[in-house]
Formats: sequence, C-alpha cells, structure tokens
Amino acid sequence: MEAGASRPGRWIKPVVFIVCLMPLVILGSRAIAGNLGANPIEAVIRNLGDWALRVLLLALAVTPVRRLTGLAELARYRRMLGLFAFFYVVLHLSAYLVLDQFFDWEAIAHDIVKRRFITAGMAAFILLVPLAATSTHRMIRRLGARRWQRLHRGVYIAGSLAVLHYFFMVKADIRQPLVYAGVLATLFGVRAAYAATAHWRKASR
Amino acid sequence: MRLRSTPPSDIKPDEITPKSLYLDRRRFIESAAAAIVIGRTEKNSFSTTDDITERKAATTYNNFYEFGSDKEDPSQLAHTLKTDPWTVVIDGLVAKPLTLSVEDLVKPEILEERIYRLRCVEGWSMVIPWLGFPLKDILARVEPTGNARFVSFTTLLDPEHMPGQRRSVLEWPYREGLRLDEAMHPLTLLAVGMYGDVLPNQDGAPIRLVVPWKYGFKSIKSIVRISLVETQPPISWNLSAPTEYGFYSNVNPEVDHPRWSQATERRIGHFLRRKTQVFNGYAEEVSGLYTGMDLRVNF
Repeated sequence: MEAGASRPGRWIKPVVFIVCLMPLVILGSRAIAGNLGANPIEAVIRNLGDWALRVLLLALAVTPVRRLTGLAELARYRRMLGLFAFFYVVLHLSAYLVLDQFFDWEAIAHDIVKRRFITAGMAAFILLVPLAATSTHRMIRRLGARRWQRLHRGVYIAGSLAVLHYFFMVKADIRQPLVYAGVLATLFGVRAAYAATAHWRKASR
Repeated sequence: MRLRSTPPSDIKPDEITPKSLYLDRRRFIESAAAAIVIGRTEKNSFSTTDDITERKAATTYNNFYEFGSDKEDPSQLAHTLKTDPWTVVIDGLVAKPLTLSVEDLVKPEILEERIYRLRCVEGWSMVIPWLGFPLKDILARVEPTGNARFVSFTTLLDPEHMPGQRRSVLEWPYREGLRLDEAMHPLTLLAVGMYGDVLPNQDGAPIRLVVPWKYGFKSIKSIVRISLVETQPPISWNLSAPTEYGFYSNVNPEVDHPRWSQATERRIGHFLRRKTQVFNGYAEEVSGLYTGMDLRVNF
C-alpha cells in the first residue's frame, strides 16, 4: 500500500467535510444577519430538515454511483456523509424540541402520537440512532460485516420514513416531496437491479 | 431571530398616528376615491390592543397559493396581478344585484381601521391593522331575499397573472363561504387597505374578506364575486382535504388539525408559543352564532 502522505486526492476528504458544513454555516450567517424571514424558527427547522434529507440521499447515492461509474474511492466518503446526515437530523430535531416547542414535553409527546408527519419523522430518527452508533471500524468488527450490513440496510427504511415525513407535512403542493421520493426510488431501484443481477449470475453459474 | 426585550408600551397602537401613516392613508383614500376624510376613519371598539405585527412580516409571509405555495412566493410574484380595473359582482338571491368597479363599490362606504388578530390554521398568528368596512353594509345595499342563507365568495381566475393557478394544487378559482348571519356580523370586514395604505397585491388587493374568529384561509383574497345562495357553498380547502378543513373553521384550540396542534400558536415576531383562544379571542362577540351546535362536528 502506498504511503498516506503521497496518496492522490488526500485533500478530498477535508474538502468534503467542509462542504458538508456549509449549509450550517450559511444558515448561521443568515440567522446572525436577521435574514430568515418573518418566521425564523420555522425557517431554521425547514432548512435543517431539507439538508438532513439531502445529505441522507447523498450518502445513499454513494454505492449506486460507485458501481455505475467504477470509482471505487467514493466508498471512502460514505461514512462521513452518513454521519453528516445524522448530524443534520439531530439539529433538525433539536430545533423542533427547543426553538419550536421550547421543551414542552407534553405537547411534544402529543405531537409524536397524533401528528403522523411527526410520528414518521421520529421513527426515522430512532432508526438512524443505531446506525450512527455503529459507524466505527470497531463496531463493524464487533458486529461482523454481515450483521453490520444487514443492520445498515435499515437506512432505506429511515430514508423512506423521512420522505414520508415531508410528504405528510405539506398541505397540498407535493412537488418537493415527490422529487425526494423519486430520487430515493431511483437509488433503491439501482441497488435492487444490482442485487438481482448478482443473484442471476450466481444462479446461472 | 428577534426576541422581545422591552415591555409592551402603555400607549395603545391605535392611538398613534405617525405622519407617514397619515400621508399613506390619505394617498390611499384618494386613490380609492373613497368619499371620506381622515378624521372620519373611526377608532373602533372591535380593535385589539395587542402589539401590531411588523408590516414587513405581514407583507412577506403570506399564504396566497395563486402565487405559489411558499410563504415568500406571493410577495415576489404578486406584482403581476392587475388590480385596475377591477370589477366586483354581487349577485344571487338579492333584490338589487350589483356589478361595480371596486372604486364605486367602496365610494359610499365609511372606512374604518380595525386591528384584528389573524390566526392561521398552520399555528402562527399576526395582529394586523386593516382598513375596510363591514360586509353587512354592502349586503344591505343589495338586499338579500328571504331564501338567502349563505354567502359565497370567489377569487379572480387569471392563470396568466396568477402563476399558481397553472397547476391544480387547489381547485381554481379559490372559493370561500359564510353563513349569512356570520357574513352579517359586525366583525366581518371587507378590507381594501392595511397599515394605513392600500392592500399590497400579496395581501389580497384590491378587496378581501377578513373574518377574525376563523382560520386565515376563510378570509378570501382578491374577490371578484360575492353571491347570496340558499345552500352551503363549496369552499376550496374543504374540497382539497375535507377531513382537515371544515366549512366553519372557527379558531378552536379544542379541535386539533391532523398536522398541527391548535392548542397553541406562535405570534410572528415572538419566540415562545402562546395559548390559542377560542374563536381567536372573539368569543364574546361571536359565540352566540353557534349556540346549540357541536363545534367538534361542525369544525
């Protein structure tokens, strides 16, 4: 194996890291500048939710894109993207708990039970917690690659719940959630196609 | 984010008439050709003493799906709306139907400033100083006949200038309705201005309804037709999602919307949520309209 210092593209990872932080930096500077519109709390929650979903889909896109393009090194950024998705999910949830509800736990419990969009969102969050917690090399070794992989397929359920969360939230104009649903379905389709091909090859051998 | 740090002033908002407001109002009244002078814009016992929401918020954070479904869309896109000339038809079960320019419609009326709370079904609220006149005054001019029981309102249908109407997010044109006694209630206002000026397009120019004890979507914007009818008229949001939006849609903290708790609301410009009041705080004035009705069923 080549020495880390001379590896080409060594600088890519920090760049991806900084790019992933940009939405938060932009949101923060808008907040400081008082540039979040008439309902800043809603703007913060929506913006963080948008980015949580976008980064989650980006993380999910790594493997399909890697297979389609043959760019094996893309796999190196998958964990970071997944953790950034979780980072924005946590910020999105915190903004709801603190800024919107201001720790009104009774109202929050009520929301989780009665508002189906919050039920779906909370379920997505809960499914993502064990995935974030088992993201280290050590955890992969401890669980074993097979079990780890099976567990992490749950990300597709979390992604679907996240899109559903958005879908249930909008009143009438479903264009935006449809775009996210389309991307998710495409990524899942690509993955399913690869799985089917692999299965077919195995069977015909 | 703006947090409140100063206690509310002792001076009631409607006692202050800054010069700019005075000039704006005069300009508006001249342009509307309303036959009144400043002194006759009456103070009103119906006005709330709550702090008025910043004008910028009320003119940039709008639900007006004819211009798009994002809150910022109307303020960015509504300039294309042509409000001059503008004709309003008042017809149906009336002795004297009217087809008038909005100027001729407004001219005989005495404009009043009414500072009302506005509660959106989405769980936020504002306090807005409207300029307008009671709907009942116009209804008196057309003389509803004995069998008229409801009033149906229609917004302009103009996909060329209302880009939101090019997609069927709702059934266009937007329609709303009131029971006749609700329409005749002295709180029910036809507004032609706000903040001492003409209505901005995004807020429903040139003429809109304001029904302060109902969720905001009942207060239909940019009205072209008012019809007196015998049976309960269809209304747009009810057609779109009948289990979510009822015909009455009175502000009611007891009846939750599937998407939003209605127990609390965020007053725009304030940080903490506050408790929502039954009938948006107008129970004393309007609860009599619903005696004997189950408002959970008739939500």
